[in-house]
Amino acid sequence: MPITTQDQKKQKTAHYDIIIIGAGSVGCAIARKFTLEGARVLTLEKGTDILDGASKGNSAILHTGFDAPPDSIEQSCIADSYQEFMLLRDKLHLPLMKTGALLLAWTDDEADQLDSILQQAHYNHVNDAQRLSAKVILNKEPQLASHVKAGIYIPKESLIDPWTTPFVYMHQAIENGAQLICSCEVSNGKFDGEKWQLETNQGKFKATTVINCAGLYGDLIDQQLLGWSAFQIKPRKGQFLVYDTPANRLIHSIILPIPNKISKGVVICQTIFGKLLVGPTAEDQDDREDTSVTTETLQMLQKKGEELLPALANESINASYAGIRPATQFKDYQIHYHNKKNYMSVAGIRSTGLTAALGIANYVFKQLQKEKSLYSPLDTIIYPKKLNQIAECETRDWQKEGNQGIVCHCERVTEREVATALEDSHLPINSLDALKRRTRVTMGRCQSFYCSARLAEITETYFKRPIALDIGQGKENE
Amino acid sequence: MNKDIIQPPEQCNVAIIGAGPSGLAAATELKKLGVESVIVLEREAQAGGIPRHCMHSPFGLREFKRLYNGKTYANELSRRAIKNGVIICLKSSVIAINKGGILELSTPTGIRTLIAQKVIICTGIRETPRANRLISGQRPMGVLTSGALQSIIHLKHKKPFQRPVIIGTEMVSFSSLLSCRYAGIQPVAMLEKNARITAKWGLQILAKLLGVPIFYKTCLDNIIGKKEVEAVKINIGCAAVKKNSEAIKKVLPCDGVIFTGEFIAESSLLRMGHLDVDPSTGNPVIDQFGRCSDNDYFATGNMTHPVETAGYCWKQGRQTAKQVYASLKGELDQYQRRIHIISTNPIIKYIIPQILTLTVKGDYQSGKHITMNGFQIRVSKAVKGRLSIRSGAKTLVQKKINSLPERRINLEFPSSILSEKDDADIPLQLHFENR
Ligand SMILES: Cc1cc2nc3c(=O)[nH]c(=O)nc-3n(C[C@H](O)[C@H](O)[C@H](O)COP(=O)(O)OP(=O)(O)OC[C@H]3O[C@@H](n4cnc5c(N)ncnc54)[C@H](O)[C@@H]3O)c2cc1C
Ligand SMILES: Cc1cc2nc3c(=O)[nH]c(=O)nc-3n(C[C@H](O)[C@H](O)[C@H](O)COP(=O)(O)OP(=O)(O)OC[C@H]3O[C@@H](n4cnc5c(N)ncnc54)[C@H](O)[C@@H]3O)c2cc1C
Repeated sequence: MPITTQDQKKQKTAHYDIIIIGAGSVGCAIARKFTLEGARVLTLEKGTDILDGASKGNSAILHTGFDAPPDSIEQSCIADSYQEFMLLRDKLHLPLMKTGALLLAWTDDEADQLDSILQQAHYNHVNDAQRLSAKVILNKEPQLASHVKAGIYIPKESLIDPWTTPFVYMHQAIENGAQLICSCEVSNGKFDGEKWQLETNQGKFKATTVINCAGLYGDLIDQQLLGWSAFQIKPRKGQFLVYDTPANRLIHSIILPIPNKISKGVVICQTIFGKLLVGPTAEDQDDREDTSVTTETLQMLQKKGEELLPALANESINASYAGIRPATQFKDYQIHYHNKKNYMSVAGIRSTGLTAALGIANYVFKQLQKEKSLYSPLDTIIYPKKLNQIAECETRDWQKEGNQGIVCHCERVTEREVATALEDSHLPINSLDALKRRTRVTMGRCQSFYCSARLAEITETYFKRPIALDIGQGKENE
Repeated sequence: MNKDIIQPPEQCNVAIIGAGPSGLAAATELKKLGVESVIVLEREAQAGGIPRHCMHSPFGLREFKRLYNGKTYANELSRRAIKNGVIICLKSSVIAINKGGILELSTPTGIRTLIAQKVIICTGIRETPRANRLISGQRPMGVLTSGALQSIIHLKHKKPFQRPVIIGTEMVSFSSLLSCRYAGIQPVAMLEKNARITAKWGLQILAKLLGVPIFYKTCLDNIIGKKEVEAVKINIGCAAVKKNSEAIKKVLPCDGVIFTGEFIAESSLLRMGHLDVDPSTGNPVIDQFGRCSDNDYFATGNMTHPVETAGYCWKQGRQTAKQVYASLKGELDQYQRRIHIISTNPIIKYIIPQILTLTVKGDYQSGKHITMNGFQIRVSKAVKGRLSIRSGAKTLVQKKINSLPERRINLEFPSSILSEKDDADIPLQLHFENR
């Protein structure tokens, strides 16, 4: 359902309790929290869809925080979030794969570090983390290279759906009264002592409090709105290789490297979409947008993957991608409440934001409510009905009656799923990227060899930039 | 919309996966031989396979002695199949294959199971997309394979870009040139990593006529553009595979990239199933009857070997049907001793069949059953020399070759492999000596 001009007028004259800048994993979870606590919330996102920044390419691990810096905000948000995720999971229909993780030492030097890592895990209350011998590890994961020395088993590390999860947070926020405007970039704003007025390419919006969840642009938003920032974003790229479905039978657990100063090592894990992931790298760069992959790095990942999991040599690669972490010069999250300015900065959510989002939302809410309680929680909370599931651990649409047949054969996406996603009234889709995140179309082994013609046809009137134009049309445009 | 879609039954004599030229030819032939229920399972909404969107090459000469374009040829194939009593179930995607000929299907009405006495896998080939080639750069829209381009242009009458660059110079690359011309798209260049085109000599003239330059010894280095392709960076003078530091890098403005060729089998069904698969190519391991490692399964058409024309696949499908027919009658069951043909030389890219099954005489041939005509071999680079099949120190058959990559080399089957008392489990070796 497109937003009418009348709706837009209402949004602009309305006064919100909270405006959230940025609909990444963090912004979505914060929108949900404040809405359920009774605040009138508006989220402004510059992308054409939610999850268009750091949140679009991650490893999708639900962390326990066993290796998070002790006593950090990050550690406490992860721990809190993990618990809340488990409580909410059934009600919100959030898919989860309980795989467990193995942090492995491949050299004697690495093996020497295991004890202190285990200590840290126990200090962080991940008490079920335990040391395993090479024999036990190889028994558990027989496809691993035999030169593994020893490792730590962290049973509760799990895999989640990187897109559906924050999408559901935002969905619930909207069903309970929150508003979201995409393609809306905040460019400036003023605080008059009582309220904020934000300027965007879609006009001005007013709110009592602003929460900056702009991810990779967190410092720039601070500078625009506050005049200064307590931190600087240092974009850190991570490249990944995705192996095709047959490869995901090779391992069950998440295989983690021992963090090391020179090279980060790579993670090997399944994805909830039935693939196998090798990555990410950690490459500092200045550019906040450059998610390009490089042949040399992908080859390095391939080699590294085969070194740890030799059978990968016979498996075929499906895709490659890169995500950018919004790191800062500091190790911990940068969550700052400027109470004189009714302004909260939630930034530097580097590499655990998908997991920690619910905990971050709770933390931010507590900070704001420290002095007095501002809102009264909703009497009845609406839980959205189960959305279409794209995770392999759930029943997919192609397994159900009335699916109208498969469009994308590699990922088994049906005509009905695509049609439903395109007609979503809460979060309208207007780009192929958004459609990918809702349905997985074109993300499989053939990379749209078989489905692009049909997709070009059914998405024709929905995308800002269509997959293809009618023959003859392009000529007129020239 | 699904009114005319036939639901697959629960059982049949022969199930054929894929309604391309090879699958439809096999199905039609089986009906002509008198098999009662022959079901073709096709995941698309139309039968015909790849030719549905190939508009340019001559189709049908070998099969029907008439000239068709791809679309009319595809229609003719299904018309003939249906006329002969073949049942084609559209929008029926085979999701898993299991022992006992048990197929799991996804259809518009949900999951179904079909049990077939014999199954023929005819799922064809596709091209290697960008990701498998590990190409650098961003991931904008407008990066396609030629199959996708053809289907967008010829099935939907649309075009995804205006000035793309074409990667590769195989037959299909030139076919993309023609599709572009049809849609009013003007390619900026064709890139070829070697010093000559991969397709048969002469086709470069077509590029010249259409005003599209071919850059030889040139590799794609990087795709530039975040949402849409803005340019590509190319390496001029790169050595065949390894990048040469002296290569000149150049930015070529364009608005799309077409990856052509580098065909691979559409074989994920096999990789996830119980059949033996050649790990390097993804092709099923078959014997001279086209039989897979499970006697109930056969494979034919382009899924079994590198790219061949529709006519070739049609003929192969018909031949395979005869063997499946024999197998239905139980005539092949007695032939169980399988001898692998192995090759350790990286110059040999493919050998098909990978197995010869011994018949009762200790030979692989039996006058009664038509088998493939011989081995099909391909090499990975231009070579001159001698190919031979050996059993231990004994040379069974040999041939002088002078071949380019991607060209079919035929090698006859040896007239006899072993005597009955020899140990059948010792593999034969495929040798190559440079000359
Ligand atoms: C390679 C990699 C692997 C990771 N693996 C994991 C993992 O396994 N588990 C895990 O929990 N986490 C993981 N993460 C971390 C997680 O993805 C991030 O922590 C999280 O996405 C950060 O979310 P965010 O909402 O803070 O930022 P973002 O997702 O960047 O959201 C910010 C949003 O603000 C918008 N915006 C910016 N400027 C403006 C403006 N001026 N006006 C309006 N909107 C604006 C942006 O478009 C964007 O959508 C990984 C990250 C990377 C990069
Ligand atoms: C881009 C491209 C262009 C080509 N151009 C030409 C040309 O111009 N001239 C020429 O002679 N040859 C051309 N070829 C070669 C082509 O492969 C053959 O012409 C011929 O189509 C091969 O026939 P086939 O039956 O083996 O496979 P295909 O024609 O590929 O048919 C396979 C069929 O199986 C179906 N299928 C696959 N998996 C499943 C499943 N799991 N369940 C159900 N159905 C399934 C597919 O939908 C498809 O219909 C081209 C090939 C490609 C890839």
